[in-house]
Amino acid sequence: MTHELTGLLPELEVLRKDFPILSRTLAGGQPLVYLDSANTSQKPQIVIDTMVDHLERHNANVARAMHQLGAESSEAFEGGRDKVAAFIGAPSRDEVIFTKNASEALNLVANTLAWATGDLAIGAGDEVVITEMEHHSNIVPWQLLTERKGATLRWFGLTDDGRLDLSNIDDLITERTKVVSLTWVSNMLGTINPVAEIARRAHEVGAIVVVDASQAAPQLPVDVVASGADLLAFTGHKVVGPTGIGVLWGRREVLDRLPPFLGGGEMIETVSMQRSTYAGIPHKFEAGTPPIVEAVGLGAAVDYLSHIGMENIHAHEQAITAYALEGLATVPGLTVLGPLDATQRGGAISFEIDGVHPHDVAQVLDSRGIAVRAGHHCAKPAHQRFGVQSSTRMSSYLYTTPAEIDALVDGLEYTRSYFKLS
Amino acid sequence: MSQELDALYQEIILDHYKHPHHKGLRDPFEAEVHHVNPTCGDEVTLRVHMADAPDGVLRVEDVSYDSVGCSISQASASVLTDLVIGKPVDEAMAIHESFLTLMQGKGNVEPDEEVLEDAIAFAGVAKFPARVKCALLSWMAWKDATLSVVGPVETLEESK
Repeated sequence: MTHELTGLLPELEVLRKDFPILSRTLAGGQPLVYLDSANTSQKPQIVIDTMVDHLERHNANVARAMHQLGAESSEAFEGGRDKVAAFIGAPSRDEVIFTKNASEALNLVANTLAWATGDLAIGAGDEVVITEMEHHSNIVPWQLLTERKGATLRWFGLTDDGRLDLSNIDDLITERTKVVSLTWVSNMLGTINPVAEIARRAHEVGAIVVVDASQAAPQLPVDVVASGADLLAFTGHKVVGPTGIGVLWGRREVLDRLPPFLGGGEMIETVSMQRSTYAGIPHKFEAGTPPIVEAVGLGAAVDYLSHIGMENIHAHEQAITAYALEGLATVPGLTVLGPLDATQRGGAISFEIDGVHPHDVAQVLDSRGIAVRAGHHCAKPAHQRFGVQSSTRMSSYLYTTPAEIDALVDGLEYTRSYFKLS
Repeated sequence: MSQELDALYQEIILDHYKHPHHKGLRDPFEAEVHHVNPTCGDEVTLRVHMADAPDGVLRVEDVSYDSVGCSISQASASVLTDLVIGKPVDEAMAIHESFLTLMQGKGNVEPDEEVLEDAIAFAGVAKFPARVKCALLSWMAWKDATLSVVGPVETLEESK
């Protein structure tokens, strides 16, 4: 019952062959139906090969090895930075900082803000504004910062249909606001937030804007300048790259004013026993041996996505998401959490089924080879907002087919019958 | 595929899930604990009430609970209360130990039906590492609550 949907990537079956894992089978000979890409994406052969090639032929430490391999490794590592800079439209490659993951990127910002002096310093009476739909990694660092500095944490609430409630924006973002940090695309509700509009308001009061683009970078064309962000974080493994590497992009003026994060090798200009001076960006924030092969793999990953085209990937996601919303609506007792209009949301769809706990849903689906996520998806406050303890989440990506959505819907029907709800 | 699922979701488990025994929080109680499974968010609030029986043996008079979670965690709480209510505390602790061994046995432990009764239905859960925590949530809460009243388990054994 596969339909011809407008917007799907052409030759999807050929594209799927780029991802070796998609052809494996699971217990009982079940083909894999991977619908957990918001958790982590699968990797194309080119990323795997690029990383293997680096380890087999070019491995050496970067920036400190005065030999041929060191030069090759440094070039490949810094090449990864160039590719990431191009992928997000960064005005300067130096504004791209490699971290361990998006969580570390956000914690880097929150921690260096805690140590900042001058304009960026945060203290009693100051406010940090986040939203109720954040991933825990964009909540907890700000709780830590405001607790440590005696500042106040405030947040945008959510509307019943899973959007940011902007009705009190003028009350929330005020002269006291120092930081506004929000997700571009919700990992639970799928909502795409009006980041540029909120950034405009934040800049009017002189606040800096931090954007968690962990779910946006995989599926939307990202132009960091147009986004309105001052600082923007995402992770490598959700953009078909490896784990162990994340990206913090920041406007040079902001990064230059933030103090160093971790101290160590490579982040210094000179060191004496009394004091040290620090390297310029990006190295100021990259102490120690960086994730070298991961940066090389991330470069290959974003090149792969750019080659397919982020506009095309976005259109594919929208087509699959619309098809999935349509299919899920046919399952009795199923409620989607978040916007129901595919053009207003990303490809992560969380839902509840009356009478079956998400764990049990995921377990039954897994027995049919269908991988989804069950739980609170590191967004407990957003679940509380909708009065649910946990949910089941399907998330698609550029390799997802309508047939896989059909398999999910069939699997959910089977789940209902297994738990005798039909 | 369905056989594996059936090994996990035994009829007994689904029955306890749909019709949990002893559910709801009751008075009196000597201790109340709240346990969560941080990875999935399952939660249980559990109370224990114990009293010395006429023979001088400390008995589990009541275990009451309020919980949210999956079929495995809900059924497991229900089975726990069936097994321990009315038993001497040290015997209940031995049942706990036996259930723990079963759950941590990766499917290689033969359950003793004499001791575990309906809880033998959870033998299949031990083969699903991701679900073992679900099955143990209320059991760990019960042990925690009980020990907070009677003190470390060594004390119990020494007093035998």
